[in-house]
Amino acid sequence: MSNENKDQFRPEGHENDHFLLTTVVGSYPKPKWLNRAKELYEDPDHKFDADDYQEAKDDGARLITQEHERAGLDVVVDGEMRRNEMVEFFAHRIEGYEFNGPVKVWGHNYFDKPSVVSEVEYDESWLVDEYEFTASATDRPVKVPITGPYTLANWSFNEAYDDDDELTLDLADLVNEEIEKLVEAGARYIQIDEPALATTPDDHAIVGEALEHIVADIPEEVRIGLHVCYGDYSRIYPEILEFPVDEFDLELANGDYDQLDVFKDPEFTADLALGVTDVHVADVESVEQIEENIKKGLEIVPPDQLVVSPDCGVKLLPREVAYGKMANMVEAARNVEAQLDAGEIDLEHAHAPADD
Amino acid sequence: MTEYVSTTPGCYPLPDWAKDDLSDLKGHQKHDLIGGDEREEIVTVYEEAREELIGVQQEAGLDRIVEGQLRWDDMIAHPLAVHDAVETRGIVRYYDNNNFYREPVVSGELDFSGDVASELEAAADLVDDGLQAVLPGPYSLADLATDEQYGDEADFLAAIADFLAGEVDAFPDVETLFLLEPSLVESAPDDGLDERASEAIDQVAAATDADVVVQPYWGALEEKVYAHLLDADVEAVGFDFVADQDQNLYNIQEYGATDDVSLGLADGQNTLVEDPEAIRDRVDWVFDQLPVSTFETVYLTTNTETFYLPYAKHEEKLAVLAEAAELAEVTAA
Repeated sequence: MSNENKDQFRPEGHENDHFLLTTVVGSYPKPKWLNRAKELYEDPDHKFDADDYQEAKDDGARLITQEHERAGLDVVVDGEMRRNEMVEFFAHRIEGYEFNGPVKVWGHNYFDKPSVVSEVEYDESWLVDEYEFTASATDRPVKVPITGPYTLANWSFNEAYDDDDELTLDLADLVNEEIEKLVEAGARYIQIDEPALATTPDDHAIVGEALEHIVADIPEEVRIGLHVCYGDYSRIYPEILEFPVDEFDLELANGDYDQLDVFKDPEFTADLALGVTDVHVADVESVEQIEENIKKGLEIVPPDQLVVSPDCGVKLLPREVAYGKMANMVEAARNVEAQLDAGEIDLEHAHAPADD
Repeated sequence: MTEYVSTTPGCYPLPDWAKDDLSDLKGHQKHDLIGGDEREEIVTVYEEAREELIGVQQEAGLDRIVEGQLRWDDMIAHPLAVHDAVETRGIVRYYDNNNFYREPVVSGELDFSGDVASELEAAADLVDDGLQAVLPGPYSLADLATDEQYGDEADFLAAIADFLAGEVDAFPDVETLFLLEPSLVESAPDDGLDERASEAIDQVAAATDADVVVQPYWGALEEKVYAHLLDADVEAVGFDFVADQDQNLYNIQEYGATDDVSLGLADGQNTLVEDPEAIRDRVDWVFDQLPVSTFETVYLTTNTETFYLPYAKHEEKLAVLAEAAELAEVTAA
C-alpha cells in the first residue's frame, strides 16, 4: 500500500523502506532571551524597539526550526516563536475582535479572552510571513498549525452572532482564505487545532461542517491534519472519520493509551498522528519506551497510515526536556521502521482486503 | 407591592492589579493555590481587593453586597478545598467551562472550618446594610467533590449539608444567603437523590435567619427536581433565564414558585453589556407569561458567577443590574 499524501514528505534517501513521518504539534519552549526581549520591547522606558523585537523573533524562529532539524524531525515547525497564545494571536489579526482584559482559566492563570463585537472579517494575512520565513530557514517541509474556527469561537465572548455555530462557520471561511494564501506561498501541510472539541464533544457536527468550509477548493495534495487533545474520544469517534481531513493528531500517551480501543472499531480510515510522548511529564521517555508507544499506533492503523508526534505542544516543558523527547522520538521511529522492514513486528492490525 | 432587589451570585473576578500581584506572590501552579493559611502579604492583597469590590457594588447601587469570594481559587468548591480533612488532587474541569479547579477529595471527618465566616466578618466591617453570604449548595458541593470518607452517596450529601450548616451557623448577621446549585441542572439527581438534595438544602437553610435563595444555573431544573426543591424551606428559588426560558417558565406555570424568586437575566458569561431597560423588559416578559405574578421579593441577578468576565465588564454588569431593579420598581409602582 502507498500513501501519496504522506509520502510527499518522505525525505530523499530515507534510510528505511517503511516511513513513519515524524513531526511535532507546534509550540516549543521559548528561549529565555526571547521572553526577555519581549519585556524590553513592552517597556516604554527602554530603547529596544519594534525592529529589535522583530529581529529577536526571527532569530528565535530560525533557532527552533533548526533545533527541530537537529532532532531529526521529518516535518518541522518554528515552535510558534511569534505567537503568544493560540486564540489571542489570531483574534488580534481578525477584524471584529476586541480585547477587554484578562479572565481566569484556573488559579492565577489568565488569558485575554477576546470578544467578537461585529461580523468577523479577513484583513491582513495571519501566517504567510511566518510560513515563508520558516520555509526559507530549512530545507525540510514545514507544517503550519492554525487554531481552528470552533476553538476560536468557543474561547471568545460572542457579542455579535445569534449563535456560536454561525460565528464558527464565518471563522471557518476566514481560515479557508488563509490556507489558500499559505498554499499559494508553498505550504503543503496544515494542521487545524481544535482543543475545544475535547471539552464539548457533542459539537462534533459543527466542527465537521466548519472543516468542509476550511478545505473548500484546497488542492487534494495539501495535507490537512486535525489536532484534538484531552477528551473522551469515544464521544467523537467514529463520527470524526467523516471529517474531510487526511490526518488526526491525538493525545494518547498522557492517558497511557487507555483510550486506544476506542479507535479499533470501526476501522480507522484516516492517517493517525499518534502522541507518543507525554507533554505533561518533564522526564524524557527512553527510546525503548517510545518504541513501545509507537507500536500502540500499529494496533490501530498499518504503518503507511501512521505518523509520530508528541501528545500536544511542548511549550510548557523545560527546553532541554522538549528537545530530548523529540530526539528520542525520532530515534524510536527509525528503530520501529527498521524492525518493520525486518518483519520483526507482528502487525495486529488487520490489513484491508487486497481489493480495497 | 413587589420589591425588586439587585444582587449577584458572587465569585467575582479579581481587579487586574490584584491578578498581577497575586500571580507574583502565589505563583501559577496547582500547589500555589489558596490553602486557608496564606501569608500576611497575600492576606493584605485580598483585603485591598475585597474593599475595592465592595466599594464597586456600593457605588453601583446594588441592594445586596457580597464579599466577592476573591479567595475562591477553586470556585464554588472552595469551602472544601481549604478544609483540613480534604486533599486536593488533580486539576479538573469546572462544569462545561474552560475553567479548572482542584478536585477535593474528602478523606476525613468534615468538621467546622470557619473559613467563609471569617471572610464575611471582614466584609461585615465594610457593609452597613444588605450583606449577602454566598455558599455552594450542598448538592453541588458534593457533586464537585470525591468522597473517600463516608462511603455512600446519601451519607456524603448529609455530611456536606451538616458541614455547610455548621459554617452558616458561624456567619455574622447577613440579610441574604445565596446557595449556588448549578449541579442540580448539570448533573441532575436521580430518583430519591432529588428528594435528599432538597432536604440537604433545607438543613443548610435552617441554620440561618437570613433569607435563603437557591440559585440553579446553566439551564432549567428537571420537573421532579424542581418540584422537590419547592419543598425545601427557602425564601426563593432562582431561574437562569439566560440559558433556558421555556423550561423555566414551564416549571413555574406547572408547579408554582416560592414567595420570592430570583431571576438570572444578565449574562454572567458574556461581555455584551445589557441595557437596564432590556433587563426590566425581560422581567415584564417573564411575569406576562405567568398566570399569577405577585411575588414579595424579586431578586435580579446575573445568571452565573461573574469571574468569567474581564474586570471592567463585570463592573458594568453590576451597574446595569442596580439600575434595572430601580426601573422595575418604578414600573411596578
